[in-house]
Amino acid sequence: MKDIFKGLLRENPIFVLALGLCPSLAVSTTVNNALGMSAATFLVLMGSNIVISLLRKQIPDDIHIPAYIVVIATFVTLVDMTMQAYFPALSESLGIFIPLIVVNCIILGRAEAFASKNSVGASVIDAVAMGLGFAVGLTSIALVREVFGAGTITLYPDGGVLRIPGLADSPALVFAFPAGALIVVGFLQAFYRWLGEVTQK
Amino acid sequence: MTYLGIILTYVFVSNLVLSQFLGLCPFIGVSKNTESAVGMGFAVTFVMSLATLITWALQRFVLVPLNIVFLQTVTFILVIASLVQLVEMAVRKYSPPLYQALGIYLPLITTNCGVLGIALISVNADYGPMESFLAGLSAGIGFLLALLLMSGIRERLDTEKVPKHLKGAPIAFISGGLMALAFMAFDKALLSNIIGG
Repeated sequence: MKDIFKGLLRENPIFVLALGLCPSLAVSTTVNNALGMSAATFLVLMGSNIVISLLRKQIPDDIHIPAYIVVIATFVTLVDMTMQAYFPALSESLGIFIPLIVVNCIILGRAEAFASKNSVGASVIDAVAMGLGFAVGLTSIALVREVFGAGTITLYPDGGVLRIPGLADSPALVFAFPAGALIVVGFLQAFYRWLGEVTQK
Repeated sequence: MTYLGIILTYVFVSNLVLSQFLGLCPFIGVSKNTESAVGMGFAVTFVMSLATLITWALQRFVLVPLNIVFLQTVTFILVIASLVQLVEMAVRKYSPPLYQALGIYLPLITTNCGVLGIALISVNADYGPMESFLAGLSAGIGFLLALLLMSGIRERLDTEKVPKHLKGAPIAFISGGLMALAFMAFDKALLSNIIGG
């Protein structure tokens, strides 16, 4: 149980390990997109962690990076095609950031640092922990950006949009722009550090 | 789009780092001093120009004719990984001084999402060979520019008093954000004023 929660705070992939930033920031404009991205990343992470852990004794050391990349790319393609078929709107708004999960450092990072050295069971738990931490991190960025930048919280696109009175009419648009995303991440990262220190005591 | 339009778009308007969120990891990781920023920037520019050209050819002559576009992600990332490996070997053999300068950055480029990103962007935009190459080249220059500016800011930040929890990456992100704010001046309207489109 402790292992699952390590991803939330102490080893949060986004804020503490600073992994997987690139594809995540771009999609954090609405909560809905952030949840979709988290789910896609989680599925890929789970698949690649399991397969790489299973093959950890078979993959020769010299070519382990290309081998991992092929495994990851295969899962990304599967998730991409599934999303296009069942969630076309979400797939449309995430755009090229779905194929870009391949180079999301969090997945290769976990393959290299964890799945290649541990049993399948432990790798599954690691994937759950990291996936959860990633989802919480990404969603909190999206929540801040959407609330201030648009004055809404989009849980699902049609009818699931909460409007925040006052903010929805005159939002601080800068949060919706790339600049806002970088600033929000900076402050959330500092907040996490502070939180980590406080909870340790 | 004209060639000039493509160059201006990818260097300034759709700057990879500051407006597309691609290549953020090295942007934060390798921007601690100017020297390594320049090395990384040139290595990335080099790989991006080649990668966009090669992935364009692959898409046009292999993936589309054989009707296997769904293998795009897998093939592109493999091409980029092997390209990086080849470039590393070639540079090591033919130009040891250049290798000394760029060597340690080359392996890192495979996981730079900017490279795969710009390859996918140019394929999706249906660019021709020359346009793809230019898009890759200018995206690389845009990356170099952002990295260089950032490293200048961070070298100065080293001597400033920064609150404890903001030290390191967080303050880098916030400075990057302010820089992105400045880059918002380069928008589509400005672009069409310049190239008259």
